[in-house]
Amino acid sequence: MSSSTSNCRRKKEMLSFLLFKTLPGFKDVFSKVSESTIQTGDILLFPIETCSSGSIWSFKHAAVYCNEGEVIHLQKIRSSGNRTWIIKEGYKAMKKDRGKCEIYRKKDGIDLNDFYSKVREAMNSEAKYDITKNNCIHFALFLLGLVDFYMQLVEVDNEGGSDRPVSIPSVSPPRQGCGVAGRTVVSQRDLVRLFRFRPSNGTHNKVRVLPLGAIATRSASFTHAGFLAFLPDFFLVGRRRGLGVGPAGQPKTPADGDAAEEVTSPVLATEAGQPACYSALRADELRPLAGPEPAVATSTVPPPRHDDLKEMLDSNKDSLKLEAMKRIVAMIARGKNASDLFPAVVKNVACKNIEVKKLVYVYLVRYAEEQQDLALLSISTFQRGLKDPNQLIRASALRVLSSIRVPIIVPIMMLAIKEAASDMSPYVRKTAAHAIPKLYSLDSDQKDQLIEVIEKLLADKTTLVAGSVVMAFEEVCPERIDLIHKNYRKLCNLLIDVEEWGQVVIINMLTRYARTQFLSPNQNESLLEESAEKAFYGSEEEDTKDAKAEAASLAKRKPYVMDPDHRLLLRNTKPLLQSRNAAVVMAVAQLYFHLAPKAEVGVIAKALVRLLRSHSEVQYVVLQNVATMSIKRRGMFEPYLKSFYIRSTDPTQIKILKLEVLTNLANETNISTILREFQTYIRSMDKDFVAATIQAIGRCATNIGKVRDTCLNGLVQLLSNRDELVVAESVVVIKKLLQMQPAQHSEIIKHMAKLTDNIQVPMARASILWLIGEYCEHVPKIAPDVLRKMAKSFTNEEDIVKLQVINLAAKLYLTNSKQSKLLTQYVLNLAKYDQNYDIRDRARFIRQLIVPTEKSGALNKYAKKLFLAQKPAPILESSFKDRDHFQLGSLSHLLNAKAVGYQELPDWPDEAPDPSVRNVEVPEWTKCTSREKRKEKVEKPFYSDSEGESGPTESADSEPESVSEESGSSSSSSSSSSSGSEEEEEEEEEEEEGSGEQSEDKEEEEEKRTKRKEKEGSRKAAGSPSEEEEEEEGAKKAKKKASQGRKSRTETSSEEASASESSSSGSDSGSEAETKRRKPPSSRAGPKEISLLDLDDFTPPPPQPVPSSSHLLSPAFGAVRTYELLHRMAGEGLSVEYCFSRRPFPGDPHMVAVQIQISNNTDAEVKSLRVSEPKPLSGMRIQEFPEIERLAPGDTASVVMGIDFCDSTQAANFQLCTHTRHFYVSIQPPVGELMAPVFMSENEFKKEQGKLTGMSEITEKLTLPEKCRSDHAIVQQVTSAANVGRVPCGADNEYRFAAKTVTSGSLVLITLERREGAAAQLTVNSEKMVIGTMLVKDIVQALAQ
Amino acid sequence: MIHSLFLINCSGDIFLEKHWKSVVSKSVCDYFFEAQEKAIDVENVPPVISTPHHYLISIYRDKIFFVSVIQTEVPPLFVIEFLHRVADTFQDYFGECSETAIKDNVVIVYELLEEMLDNGFPLATESNILKELIKPPTILRSVVNSITGSTNVGDTLPTGQLSNIPWRRAGVKYTNNEAYFDVIEEIDAIIDKSADLGQAVCSGSCILASCPGHRFHLPLCHYLQNPRLLDDVSFHPCIRFKRWESERVLSFIPPDGNFRLISYRVSSQNLVAIPVYVKHMISFKENSSSGRFDVTIGPKQNMGKTVEGVVMTVHMPKAVLNMNLTATQGSYTFDPVTKVLTWDVGKITPQKLPNLKGIVNLQSGAPKPEENPSLNIQFKIQQLAISG
Repeated sequence: MSSSTSNCRRKKEMLSFLLFKTLPGFKDVFSKVSESTIQTGDILLFPIETCSSGSIWSFKHAAVYCNEGEVIHLQKIRSSGNRTWIIKEGYKAMKKDRGKCEIYRKKDGIDLNDFYSKVREAMNSEAKYDITKNNCIHFALFLLGLVDFYMQLVEVDNEGGSDRPVSIPSVSPPRQGCGVAGRTVVSQRDLVRLFRFRPSNGTHNKVRVLPLGAIATRSASFTHAGFLAFLPDFFLVGRRRGLGVGPAGQPKTPADGDAAEEVTSPVLATEAGQPACYSALRADELRPLAGPEPAVATSTVPPPRHDDLKEMLDSNKDSLKLEAMKRIVAMIARGKNASDLFPAVVKNVACKNIEVKKLVYVYLVRYAEEQQDLALLSISTFQRGLKDPNQLIRASALRVLSSIRVPIIVPIMMLAIKEAASDMSPYVRKTAAHAIPKLYSLDSDQKDQLIEVIEKLLADKTTLVAGSVVMAFEEVCPERIDLIHKNYRKLCNLLIDVEEWGQVVIINMLTRYARTQFLSPNQNESLLEESAEKAFYGSEEEDTKDAKAEAASLAKRKPYVMDPDHRLLLRNTKPLLQSRNAAVVMAVAQLYFHLAPKAEVGVIAKALVRLLRSHSEVQYVVLQNVATMSIKRRGMFEPYLKSFYIRSTDPTQIKILKLEVLTNLANETNISTILREFQTYIRSMDKDFVAATIQAIGRCATNIGKVRDTCLNGLVQLLSNRDELVVAESVVVIKKLLQMQPAQHSEIIKHMAKLTDNIQVPMARASILWLIGEYCEHVPKIAPDVLRKMAKSFTNEEDIVKLQVINLAAKLYLTNSKQSKLLTQYVLNLAKYDQNYDIRDRARFIRQLIVPTEKSGALNKYAKKLFLAQKPAPILESSFKDRDHFQLGSLSHLLNAKAVGYQELPDWPDEAPDPSVRNVEVPEWTKCTSREKRKEKVEKPFYSDSEGESGPTESADSEPESVSEESGSSSSSSSSSSSGSEEEEEEEEEEEEGSGEQSEDKEEEEEKRTKRKEKEGSRKAAGSPSEEEEEEEGAKKAKKKASQGRKSRTETSSEEASASESSSSGSDSGSEAETKRRKPPSSRAGPKEISLLDLDDFTPPPPQPVPSSSHLLSPAFGAVRTYELLHRMAGEGLSVEYCFSRRPFPGDPHMVAVQIQISNNTDAEVKSLRVSEPKPLSGMRIQEFPEIERLAPGDTASVVMGIDFCDSTQAANFQLCTHTRHFYVSIQPPVGELMAPVFMSENEFKKEQGKLTGMSEITEKLTLPEKCRSDHAIVQQVTSAANVGRVPCGADNEYRFAAKTVTSGSLVLITLERREGAAAQLTVNSEKMVIGTMLVKDIVQALAQ
Repeated sequence: MIHSLFLINCSGDIFLEKHWKSVVSKSVCDYFFEAQEKAIDVENVPPVISTPHHYLISIYRDKIFFVSVIQTEVPPLFVIEFLHRVADTFQDYFGECSETAIKDNVVIVYELLEEMLDNGFPLATESNILKELIKPPTILRSVVNSITGSTNVGDTLPTGQLSNIPWRRAGVKYTNNEAYFDVIEEIDAIIDKSADLGQAVCSGSCILASCPGHRFHLPLCHYLQNPRLLDDVSFHPCIRFKRWESERVLSFIPPDGNFRLISYRVSSQNLVAIPVYVKHMISFKENSSSGRFDVTIGPKQNMGKTVEGVVMTVHMPKAVLNMNLTATQGSYTFDPVTKVLTWDVGKITPQKLPNLKGIVNLQSGAPKPEENPSLNIQFKIQQLAISG
């Protein structure tokens, strides 16, 4: 009934009238008075319900006090359409019956004469009921002369024998008479008279009449019964709506209600003109009360089964109600229809007991859609709940309210959602977000308003709301991508804290968003490589907050530069790969697959492989996606090849998917392993899987030419397999393979021809026949014989085989007509009378084509061309090819078909849309990491420190630095001033964060603040102009020094080693050695550096910070430690030591050069010293040193050998042989020796560091010992621990080093940041986590010494 | 998102249904039954089935199919993961996720489902919150309830939902500040006939049992000192990623009760030594209806720890009718329907190696199985971490 829109509208009107209009209007005209002062003309508002649960209704029943304790009111006759009774009752009785009333008096008094005449008129009239225009309130107001009311005079009716429903006069006269006493007494006669109607009431629904006796015996206070017949219209409305207005809730015995029902039931009827919402009336809620013979009032109700349940629901005991509700819920759970209990259940919606209430909610949500009208009455409970001070109650009220799928309450829902969207509590807002899609599915016309709410909620800053609102966004308006702009960064930053389900939705949405807003990171890969400009902007990518810089960078961007926001998204989603929730991991994986630059996609492989250990359903989905990914990015999963090996316990569908992945991953290097694996699979018991394996082998063979022959041979071997399925599958695959190069394989074809005797699988037979036909020239002898055999068995073959037999015959006829002419004709004749019309047609067609007759035309000539044309080899490709146009991880991708509601993943735009749309006026401080900020800050002075941006606000932190400088050196260095100012910036930053402070006293700072300002000015003046020159010069110098240093090192490496040893032993020579080490180039290559001597000017001998540029070389001269390879005793006089010379090994850049020093301490000469039998672990290579012919006693020889340690710290084992002995030795490299220094600028460093965050970043806090606090000591210790190059660094409490691992060339970046006092923090960024971790350990150890 | 959920048992009865949006008829499950029939094996029922108007995403757990009905595009893993979470919750509440347990507690199940999803979108999936909302049934409580008439639904309003750390109830206090960690490491290895290790994956999980404190900083020294590093880790959401990334410290506010803190995989660079070996002799005679079966399990270098709980399962070829075996230790069963041989060995003592020997009866006339079956062996070693 709700389908009709007019009905709908009417219902809405009614509701708004009842809920909002009528009652408030009262208050303007009326004033409330107390009961004691009641007088004629007062309006009485009775509650229409007095439920035990005590809910108060906004609906009221209105009556007017006449006098002498009488009350007149209009009452709708239950279920009789719009018929009404106008009746008088005793006030007290009415009060007792309906509960306490509110009394209102018209403020300006009433005209009593008019009132009485109206009452008199009314008492002789009846009125048509209309809930919006002619209801009890209207009636009351009419009596007071306030509104119009429409009545008509009563037509007096013959009581007996009428088949009309009970009409007013038949009952009301006695009422009027009785009313005077203030208590209504219905005589037995009246009742009898009432009942007398029933049998004759034939036009109405079936009504059972309860014998009067039954009523009498069961009715304790029988006198009430008649009275109850006149329950007011709103009572009826209420009851119909199903809320707790049943008699059970009223303070009287069931029998009362019983009788009342009996009395009213004769008039239960549906009338045409009745408002739709009334027709759902059911008396069934009262049925159980009617005892063994329930009054079935409506035909829609199935036979009563749940009487006991209803009884329990109506009882006053919560435990009974609970029990009933549990049984009902159990029924729902089993899928049984419990809808007929609706009225009984719903009136418990306001029950105090939480569990009952919850179960009622469950019921309500399930059946509200079917029983819309009755569901309506529960709404005010929820409306009250929406105003509750407790946020949880508000939320749950909204949740249930929005779950009731009743179109009529759309405006109420809308209002509630709007209100909740601006609720104080984030939880309520979250619920509001949940309610949005519910409302949208109910009424899509509300879209515009809902979008407003979504927009508002999207701006919400709490994590609780984010996931839900994005879900709402996706369901309601996924196309409104513009709503995201302003919230994009916030969503990215909040992402990690959102609950896991929300994360999935947000990530999927952001993937789509990013596709529309950013440029493809892979569009011009070559330009991506290296450019200084890019380095600058690349590092600024971190700066997501600074809109201006971003705009500037955009303007200058020429090749591809990743949008900082794009980067932000990638960076913030990466940690979620570690989520325990497979869906989140998959979401991040697809995001990376669709959005990340090629180089970065690899990170997801590991996480996806991890998911393979999860439930088989998860595996299934993940493997589907991996299969797609592995086609596009094969390299990504190659390292995890073994993870896709198949277990015998895997379900077949998983096996087949794994096979798919393995096949996709196959390439020339790993094909042998894969094929070996496949061989095992072929022996599996799972035949489907075996068939799939054979196909996979076929695919490998087509894709990788190298193994084609091997595969083919393997497959041919399978032809002798005992399992027919295997053979058949092999035949089919071989056929495909042979098509590629048939000429060489006549042997195989012959072999297969023999198989026709045994193989019964039609597809395989057909394949063989086709092959023989196609290549009959290669097997001229066999082919006719096969045809002969086939002709013999032709009639018994399957259709597909028959067709191929015909084909074979035709082809043979064309090539070898002499031998096969008769056979062909025989076959064609057989085919001519075949049952299958396809075969008959084919036979006719071929006969015409190949057998030359007079009739056959020109086609005949071309028969050979037609049949023996070169056929292109089939391409075996993955079914997962091109699946990636669906967003990975989506349902559509899985099904390879567009699912309902799938949002296409848009292509990258050609032109990047304006990124400034994402700028938010108020900068957000959600998750700005300190590093981010630091970079941002350091950046500026690098290019523009002379602008004085940092002038007045600088803190005093840099003071000590400059002080020490001044005290240490006579002249202030311009370059250090630049670094100083940068550092000040940074420290200022630090102070803001409160994370670190300098070691200096605050008092000192205060004192010198003013001084510093002055200095600042002068420094700027002096420092800025020469800044860049200095920088350049420094770089040049560095290069020179590097080359020189290398030379000098080759000469003196051994000396150095000893020097370092002595220095580490400490004492007086220490400082000297240190200076030497720090500035070796200048001292060693003195003469050549004259032109650069200005450097020396400001770096005089006493230990003090050296300008950063001069450090570029120092690492190469870090302490060289010697290790023992063979002790004198163990070596029987031969002692061998080795050290890592830190030079590139000539010949192979991937090897670490190991300098070996062999001393002969024996008396005899040692001959033919050499390395033999190197036993490197997998991947390791050893380049032996040239054999030493002889070594005189007491002599020492030094040789260099190269070892490729494969970036692992595992020892290289080999034998050291002399002419007499073999010594087993092993060289274990410290991790620091596995790398070579690289030179990079600060910006490059930061850029690279930005790439190596997350798992590849290892941080360790440490305390620097006393002697290790000076700059040079730190640098020395670090460079001694690892072969790294120093990177110039603006801040002087930070040291940066960079190196590349020797074998793989992956970057190792070290940052040591000094904090307050002795504290420091060491950060190592490296892709190689093992190396990173060990390096941290080593450096910490070195620094602790 | 999720429209409806049907729970179906192995014999194809729909014994529970729940709808979050409008009701979807049961008949939609017919498509599922169709797929199930086609799949032969329960494990092979495709998790995602497309029907004309709906999509069915199902999982199979503990002999129950959880079939969810989807109407629009949704990441399938999202649904699968959620359904598993539902099953986990049932397990958590009732001790087992079986048909009888669900039927016995149908009301609680319904209440749980109602709380877990709102309009098909997950609302509260953390067991802590759920337990606050709906108390799990215990014998004691059911007795008390029947006497006092109180209910399973918490009277107090759950506050966990409101916080940013939904996994922990507010105001949890314990008298003693102790936390116990179980570290469980598993190896999965495939070993081929010639005893070559095909693939071995070592993975572990750290399960925190009964944990009171407020905040934990757990330096993973155990793992960091070990050269074999954690290759890949997944975390409970309570762990702060930032601190893990920056300092390699597990910092978290633990949920109340048992939970899985991290799962990790140990990098497979170092091949794991499998502490048991199996000598097998399984042969089927040509042209006869019997074969021989002889399997011995023995411990390899096991670092002084005993190998316990050894169970061997063998999926025998279809042709096998029955097996007459004698075990020197433990007991064996052979299910002639599924053709699965299970041998529960128990502890292995090096002195006396467990052996299972006997005759295999084959279907007469059937060709001899061409390939020997694969053996699955499970075992436990207490207090030994493979990662060291």
